[in-house]
Order: sequence, then C-alpha cells, then structure tokens
Amino acid sequence: MSLDKSDVEKIAHLARMALDESHIDAYVEDLSNILDLVEQLEAANTDTIEPMSHPLHMAQRMRSDEVTEGDCREVNQAVAPKTENGLYLVPKVIE
Amino acid sequence: MQWETVIGLEIHTQLATRSKIFSGASTAYGADPNTQACIIDLGFPGVLPVLNESAVDMALKFGIAVNAEIAPRSIFARKNYFYPDLPKGYQISQFELPIVGKGSIGIDLEDGTHKVIGITRAHLEEDAGKSLHEDFHGMSGIDLNRTGTPLLEIVSEPDMRSIREAVAYARKIHQLVVYLGICDGNMQEGSFRVDANISIRPFGQEAFGTRTELKNINSFRFMERALNYELERQIDLIEGGDEVVQETRLYDADRDETRSMRSKEEANDYRYFPDPDLLPVEIGEERLQRARRGMPELPDQKRQRFESEYRLSAADALTLTLSRAMADYYEEVVASGGDAKTAANWVTVELAGALNKAGLDLTQSPVSPKQLGGLLQRIADNTISGKIAKQVFEAIWNGEGDADAVIEAKGLKQITDSGQIEKIIDEVIAANPKQVEQFKAGKDKLLGFFVGQVMKQTQGKANPGQVNKILMAKLKD
Repeated sequence: MSLDKSDVEKIAHLARMALDESHIDAYVEDLSNILDLVEQLEAANTDTIEPMSHPLHMAQRMRSDEVTEGDCREVNQAVAPKTENGLYLVPKVIE
Repeated sequence: MQWETVIGLEIHTQLATRSKIFSGASTAYGADPNTQACIIDLGFPGVLPVLNESAVDMALKFGIAVNAEIAPRSIFARKNYFYPDLPKGYQISQFELPIVGKGSIGIDLEDGTHKVIGITRAHLEEDAGKSLHEDFHGMSGIDLNRTGTPLLEIVSEPDMRSIREAVAYARKIHQLVVYLGICDGNMQEGSFRVDANISIRPFGQEAFGTRTELKNINSFRFMERALNYELERQIDLIEGGDEVVQETRLYDADRDETRSMRSKEEANDYRYFPDPDLLPVEIGEERLQRARRGMPELPDQKRQRFESEYRLSAADALTLTLSRAMADYYEEVVASGGDAKTAANWVTVELAGALNKAGLDLTQSPVSPKQLGGLLQRIADNTISGKIAKQVFEAIWNGEGDADAVIEAKGLKQITDSGQIEKIIDEVIAANPKQVEQFKAGKDKLLGFFVGQVMKQTQGKANPGQVNKILMAKLKD
C-alpha cells in the first residue's frame, strides 16, 4: 500500500499541520514505508488472538460521582492569549 | 411518484450526574463561563481522565430498559476533529464496542398502531463546550463549562417511515430517560438533543436514498417542522431532476428552513482510535445486577398496571403515565380517597386544563394531590355534585382551603333531603303549567328545562339523581 501526494496533503490538513512543499515527497515515502511494514504484519495469522485495545491487562478504574474541582478559571486563563468576560476568545468560527 | 420517508435518529442525552464523565468538575447548568472547566476538561498536558461510575450505571439502566445487549467489555476511543469548543482536538467517545448494543423500543401512534423501533447502540461520550458568536469584536467567545459533561448517544435503526413515527420515537426515548432519572430531559437547555437522518425512496424500492443529517433541533415541535421542510426539499430536488447530496444541515427555527453546514463536510474523517489514557471498561455481573435492582417501574409497565389495577381505559392509562410526575400525582389522589376512574378524569381534564391555562407545570400545581383526593371523596359520598365540585376545585386552586372548608364556608353542601327537593319541584311545576302540558303531550326534551329550573332554585345544590327521579315521577302523574 502506498500513499500519494494528495493523501499526505489531506492527512496534514486534518492534523492542521503546515507542510513545506519541498518536504512532501519525503513524507510520502516515509509514511508509505510505515504502511508497508504494517502490511507485512497483516500476513501473520491472528485467528486465535483477541484484539487488544490497550497494552495493560487491566480494567478501567472508576471514581464515584463527586464534585472535587472548584473554580480555577483565573489560573487556567492566565495562559490564554485572549479572554473577555470569562470567555476564551478565538478567531471567529461560524456555521 | 409516491415517496416513502426513511428516518433514523441520533439522540444525545446529557446524563444527570453531579460531576463530569472524566473529571470532578461540576455539571450544574448556568454557571459563570469557564468556572466549571478544570484542567482535565481543558486537556492540559499530563492529565489523566478517570471514568465516573454513575455515568456507566446510567448507561446500564438505559440498556436494560430497551432490552439491549450490555457489553461486558467496552472501549473508549478518540474522535479527532478541530473545533474551538473541543480543547483537546478530540472527543472521547466510543466507536467499536459501545457499552450498550442492539436493543429496541415500542412506540404507539395516535391512530392506535404499535411499532417496534430498533436501537442500534448507545455509547458514552463527553460533551463539547459552547461557542458564542455575537459581539466579541469579530472573534468568538468560548465557554467550556459543558466540556466533559457525560452524554449517552442513542442511535436508532433507520426504522421510522414517517415524521409522526420519528416524533413518537423521540418522545418515547425522552419519556424513558426521564423516568429512569438518568436525564432531566430539558431540551431548551440542551440536555436532550436530536439529530435526524432523513431520506426518501420510491414506494416499493428496497435500497435507501441518499440521506441528509439535520442538527440543531431543540424541541419536538421544531423537529416536526425541520423534518417536514427537509422532506419537501428532497422531493422537490429529485422531482426536479436533481440529486440529494449527503451532508449535514442545520435547522434554523427563525426562518423555518434547513441549510447546509459546509464546514463539517471535509472534516468528516475522524480517525478514531482507542484512547490510550483509558483502559477497557469491564461490566461485572455484580454491577449489572445492582443496576437491574435499581430500575424503576417503566412507562409501559406502569401503563399496564394502571389499566388492570385501576380499571382505566387504555387512553386514560396512556395519558396518566406520559410523565412520571403525573403518574405519581394520580396515584396519590387515589390513595387520598379519590375513586380511580373519577380521579383519572379530574387529573387529565380539570387539573391538566387549569394548569395549561395558567401556564404551570404539574409540580407547580396549587392543588395538592391530597386536596384533590379530598374533593373527590365528597363527590363519592354525595356531599356535593360533580358540577359543584368544579366550583370547589376553583376555590382550592385559589388557596381558599381544603374541600371540606370550602364546602362549609360557601354552603355548597348538596340537598339530599327528598322532602325538601320535592317541595321545590312542586313549586317549579306549579310555576310552569304550559311546559308541563307540553311535556305530557310528548315533548320529552323539556325534562332538561325542569331540571335546570330546580337547579336554579337550589343554586345547583340539589342531588341531580334525586331531582331526575322525583321529577319523572311527578310529571308522569
């Protein structure tokens, strides 16, 4: 399986990564190599293997439903580029 | 051409937990912006989500209620997309292996038909924040208080074949989650949000047509209107020789139309993968048994019990069990001495009408169930007639005291002394010789006139049954 240039551009867009035009060919090759490696793995017979979603053989711990966090707005917003009336301000996004 | 409508719904219900699904921040509605968004909700580096067990238990209750398969092991996944109200750049959701699998629920339509709608799955996920677009000098304001609020997304099969069925299904799910106490059901506040997938196909064709997804539906009324608009739009497109494009459309209630939500089209590649921060969720037998034991009586069970225990008609039982609040109110009226059938009429007609007129919720009723039960007792023991009871009801509503106090204060006690009633009837007969003659000549309808006259003389306090009986006897003489 190998990717072409447009695949790489699409992946970069979905990840909101800016790619330097001159690097794209190298990404195409690197990513295609990774997929080829995965393809090799697919040749292994996994019929008797249970799919693994996490490397730890444990179940998720749960917490009881209690409010333990207070208002930390001031601290959290100290690193925000722009705030107003308690809101984070971001470039306008409209549907 | 005759078109068949095909609808499937995705319903997001906010679970009624106190804290978020993966953090200890409060979920209370209406707080100051960003005062309930902690570093886990904000996705700061190095934080770890820990699952809220109440969210899991609520999902189990729903699964049990719709006879669904409960996954002994389910997995959280990351759904990746960029939007300012999603600070982590991904939403923690479930993709493969959701906690609740295939189930079903029955709906009843107004014409009496019953239909079973399949539920594909219901999965746990976290809610996003809110974007505010007005008046921030060309920028958007972001409130992340809602971020991380637990959601149960309930996905139906495309089993609905009309807008009425879709609305009935959505109402049924709404009724169920409120009964279960897992969601407050407040659509205005966004606790219960419906997305609808709709397509059309020629009658008899098996393959589905291209569907569109409608978002932003925040009431059942708007849901009906949005679907109607979209249905017409699709028919016009196809009959005009065009094609329906698969897309997400927003319903605009002010303009009563749907419009394309272009920005999401391209982003529809979510690259789900298992969230490495969260281990598989295992549901043991003990937890499942506990959820089963905690199940309340469900609407359908309650309706059947009302029919058999109180001998109510199917229609009355249905109306009285529409909400848990009304069912509880009704049962309290009966427990306070109201006859079951009379109580059903009073709760569904008199009380519901008065509440509707006053714009009040049942929980705000000025007449308590005990007071209504007391009033019905006085009808049952013939202290007052049903007609006078309405007057007493109004007085109780206006805070003039319980039934007995009102009857006493206003002197509304029914006249059951037949000697007294006879005397008044004699007077009425003597005063209206012409009508007596006509009645005797066969004009039976005049009986009503005489009853009316007697009631007028007694200000409605004469026992109607006795009046009828004595009048008949005397007039037939």
